[in-house]
Amino acid sequence: MADMLLQGLLLGGLYCLFALGQSLMFGVMRLTNTAQGDFIILGGFFSISLVAATGLSPGLALLIVAPAAFVFGYLLQRFVLNGTLGRDPLPSLVVTFGLAIIIQNLLLEVYSADPRSLDAGPLALASVALGFATVGSLPLLTFAVAVVATLSLQALFSFTALGRSFRAVSDDREAAQLMGLRPAIVYAQATGIAFVLIALAGTLQAMRTTVSPSDGPLLLLFAFEAVIIGGMGSFWGTLVGALLLGITQQVGFRIDPGWGIWLGHLMFLFVLLVRPQGLFPKTRG
Amino acid sequence: MKTALTPYVNDDAYAVIRGNAFSRALPVLTLVVVIVAASLPYWGESSWMREVVEISCYFVFAMMWNLLAGYGGMVSIGQQAFFGFGGYLMLILGNEVGINPFVAIPIAAFATALIAWPVSFLAFRLQGGYFAIGTWVIAEVFRLSFANLHWVGGGSGTSLTALRGIDRAVRESTTYWIALACVVGVIAAVYLFLRSKRGLALLAIRDNEVAAASQGIDVRRMKRAVYLIAAGGAGLAGALYFVSNLRISPDAAFSVNWSAFAIFMVVIGGIGRIEGPIVGALLFWFLNKFFSDYGSWYLVGLGCIAILVTVFFRDGLWGALHRRFGWSLFPTHRFLKVRS
Repeated sequence: MADMLLQGLLLGGLYCLFALGQSLMFGVMRLTNTAQGDFIILGGFFSISLVAATGLSPGLALLIVAPAAFVFGYLLQRFVLNGTLGRDPLPSLVVTFGLAIIIQNLLLEVYSADPRSLDAGPLALASVALGFATVGSLPLLTFAVAVVATLSLQALFSFTALGRSFRAVSDDREAAQLMGLRPAIVYAQATGIAFVLIALAGTLQAMRTTVSPSDGPLLLLFAFEAVIIGGMGSFWGTLVGALLLGITQQVGFRIDPGWGIWLGHLMFLFVLLVRPQGLFPKTRG
Repeated sequence: MKTALTPYVNDDAYAVIRGNAFSRALPVLTLVVVIVAASLPYWGESSWMREVVEISCYFVFAMMWNLLAGYGGMVSIGQQAFFGFGGYLMLILGNEVGINPFVAIPIAAFATALIAWPVSFLAFRLQGGYFAIGTWVIAEVFRLSFANLHWVGGGSGTSLTALRGIDRAVRESTTYWIALACVVGVIAAVYLFLRSKRGLALLAIRDNEVAAASQGIDVRRMKRAVYLIAAGGAGLAGALYFVSNLRISPDAAFSVNWSAFAIFMVVIGGIGRIEGPIVGALLFWFLNKFFSDYGSWYLVGLGCIAILVTVFFRDGLWGALHRRFGWSLFPTHRFLKVRS
């Protein structure tokens, strides 16, 4: 029982990393990135290729992957996604959905449909004894990264000038513009940061299990569920939502291997029914 | 009362124009096209019929997606929930209950609209982009639920055995005629609905919800009605598709590709107009026929086209033609013509 809860929490940590980028992008510019999961998978494959090409350890590879992801996200928002923002959700949905299909099929063309993973070295087999249970070091590290990422995002929003500009354009785009902010640039910065989180999530996913080109949509749904359960605009909420989702899925998997994801979805729909604003809402849709 | 309030305006001074030369010729043109198309089983090949049935399913599904997103303003990535549900229901009615599958098609469509009623209360908790992904989650719940139902084959699916005794030629031409009836019926229903008073209310909601509500339109009720109708139409497309296909599985029936292709067709053809899905479905059929052998590169191409059209031609191919030449096959707009 305790073991199941623990495994669920650790799984939830990974889901939190999937979801933080989504939460950030929606919070700042009300953009629903339907390619979120596919970008995570793309990040995983990018790390795999980089490690294979250079022989770096995954940790060192992240020092290259993270800045590259920031630049990629920045340019994507600046030159593609900014043009789709507006009251009508259709343009941004179609463009990100189109990107999702392009990424899936390009990955399929380049890497084939076989699942691949990233060799985590000695970390993959190491474990930590916690008295009542033994947990793998890598899941524990992932969980720690998720908590640190949540904490950092919350601090970024609360205490820095950049975070203030994020909140300003989120609350009132025109007023922020009058105060001298350029929303196009602020949005690009937010997406850049979101893509660092996406690359981090993809790399950890590739280290923990495997990635294959068709995995993206499922990760998108997990990310989305975590954000909605937690309440929009709250990073702590996203963390709690992800942990709840992880635990629910773990309970489902224990009952029947075909039930894990299904039970997670049902829990999400239940929360949607009884508390549509999520557990800790901050932003209004 | 009317004359007292508007003393300077009488019927000679203005007129509301709702048609054009094409729309006045529409009944005759439709009759000709339908007669030619209906006779296809007597002179065409059976592979043509199968192709028409398949594209009809895509078209009906896209038309319903257009009604939902283009007119109702509800962009969904989860309409495959109702497509698959319609398909499964037809199959269950045929195999287990013993109803003729052809008769089961409209029953399945109607029941799908009914099941969409409780679903709408969940889906309507979300708006905009989150509505889109929320409906996708709901579709996944449908898929996983049917995958856990072992009496309809679980994850690997099952076959429609109820049509076993029927001669192949009879089965194919009956399916074809039903498909044709669905296409004509769906176009006619949407066209007449949009020209009706309720259709006007829907157009008002699309243009501005708050303004529509202030004119006394019950926005939520109208949106829910559109959601149910679109679900029923998607169920109709699904039931028809699997009557023709004879084999169903959760992954095929509830695949997100159904919504992806519908979005592609509607966006390329022109969202929020009846001509949009027609042009989009024809283009999709053409691309599919000549380029689908390229596999994943073909899909990469479709994704690129969808992005480019969204960024540069937001009202699609027919929207561009309409702006350039003023073409309109199914005019639903009202123009005021002042005579003085």
